[in-house]
Amino acid sequence: MTEIQSLEKRFQDRIDAEERIEPRDWMPEKYRKTLIRQISQHAHSEVVGMLPEGNWITRAPNLRRKLGLIAKVQDEAGHGLYLYSACETLGISRDEVLDQLHTGKAKYSSIFNYPTLTWADIGAIGWLVDGAAILNQVPLCRCSYGPYARAMVRVCKEESFHQRQGYEIMLTLANGTPEQKEMAQDAINRWWWPSLMMFGPNDSESTHSAQSMAWRIKRFSNDELRQRMVDMIKPQTDILGLTLPDPEIKWNEERGAHDFGEIDWDEFWSVVKGDGPCNKERLAARVKAHEEGQWVRDAALAYAEKQEVRKASDGKTKVA
Amino acid sequence: MGEIISLKRESLLKYVLQLADNALILGQRLAELCGHGPILEQDIAITNISLDLIGEARILYQYAAEIEGNGKTEDDYPYKRDVRDWQNILLVELPNGHFGYTIMRQFMFDCYHYYHLKAMTNSGDERLAQIAAKTIKEATYHLKYSSEWVIRLGDGTQESHDKMQEALNDRIRFFDEAFIPSKIENDKSLNGVAVDCTKIKASAWAKFTEVCQTANLEIPEVKFPQKGGKDGVHTEHFGFILAELQFVQKSYPDSNW
Repeated sequence: MTEIQSLEKRFQDRIDAEERIEPRDWMPEKYRKTLIRQISQHAHSEVVGMLPEGNWITRAPNLRRKLGLIAKVQDEAGHGLYLYSACETLGISRDEVLDQLHTGKAKYSSIFNYPTLTWADIGAIGWLVDGAAILNQVPLCRCSYGPYARAMVRVCKEESFHQRQGYEIMLTLANGTPEQKEMAQDAINRWWWPSLMMFGPNDSESTHSAQSMAWRIKRFSNDELRQRMVDMIKPQTDILGLTLPDPEIKWNEERGAHDFGEIDWDEFWSVVKGDGPCNKERLAARVKAHEEGQWVRDAALAYAEKQEVRKASDGKTKVA
Repeated sequence: MGEIISLKRESLLKYVLQLADNALILGQRLAELCGHGPILEQDIAITNISLDLIGEARILYQYAAEIEGNGKTEDDYPYKRDVRDWQNILLVELPNGHFGYTIMRQFMFDCYHYYHLKAMTNSGDERLAQIAAKTIKEATYHLKYSSEWVIRLGDGTQESHDKMQEALNDRIRFFDEAFIPSKIENDKSLNGVAVDCTKIKASAWAKFTEVCQTANLEIPEVKFPQKGGKDGVHTEHFGFILAELQFVQKSYPDSNW
């Protein structure tokens, strides 16, 4: 056995024993790269995800909802921060991963490339999109990489609050005027399929899955998680007195789960590849904020350096 | 006697709304930036200030609804009044502009807001004194935050210095409105209740001048301060703020959200 092979074996043994891998531990280069890709995409999704909902902050229908929405979008910025920090523990700077986002090299969750058209979309996103995110993220709290797992524990607590907040918006609308009810149904119709797409391609098409499972980064397959989503959301939709836009959805007694229709994979891949309704706008908004913020970041740095010099020369004067 | 009480109540209501309007409109402006800040940490910080201010507006609108006591709620004031009924100062409705403008507007407001709340903790109206005691904690932090950023940007690079000087030159004429009493602030029935804003002017200006000096910024002379907001005469920006703020309630009146 070569030295690398023995290191790799020891690494896998630790993973199999459910030990946490920490930043200073030896890890295979591919493990590091996989995590950087996944965690940075996750961070970008949080930050880009601020845009579709942020879009409704100034128009929120009352003060309570406005405060709730601002706090929610702010939480997402916080999640972005923890995740960029988790990335940094793998030896890549925030500037580098941001650059990958801004140049289009890094992906983020495709769901945020859909537009928010009515207030009900804010309810639907909280309920469905955060709901899907929770299903994806709860298993990540046991991810083999320590910093990622710990970040996820905190993120999941906040996400589950967001999901309840979203569902509560939907409940209010569903019990409101006929126009509000229609608005809620329309939002479900537009967000349901993209939410199911959040779990990624079918297991048979998923390229990174097997290795990520072996490394315990991932614990359940895309299709397993998608099934849980359908089983969780269907009864909640019934409580709302609304429907999911899938005529094939039906309880299957034998499987103990819901059957459901096929996702439009052409749509999925075209949004992933950049041709969704808002891909260009979302990226442009992030690039604009970054570029317009350049002078602010430069100034903060210049000021900090000046302060260092002042402190140093102050110290000298005192010593003298 | 009853008439005097109701006159006083009407004045108090107007005064409370003036305070609430300032906080809400600045909170609304800052909320526009959520997701578009220059650095993620500052995005979060600006959003925090927005949350604090809208939260402050909310307690004040709740108090206004109690004063009226006719079944109105906290949302009736922000969502159902037109431009001329709003009494906020012009400063808070000005557009965000570049980050230097946002920070300068914030700093000017914080200089006023902090000293105003400090004085209001001694208001003869117990409720207003309580609200001030609660919100001054947040306003203290806001003033610290905006002062630090005025200094950091004013004394950062040449570019950032020029941008801050530009913001100061353009916005300084909106600073003094806060210290020019409106009819309501001068209302005799509110003696000891309303803060005498002429009396906080010196402290606010002292803080303002000190920070601008540390930031290497020159305060230009103001020949003609802009005012009118307290009497409902706003800038042209204001109607657009309301168009967004009130859009859902106007499109779907009498619905619960």
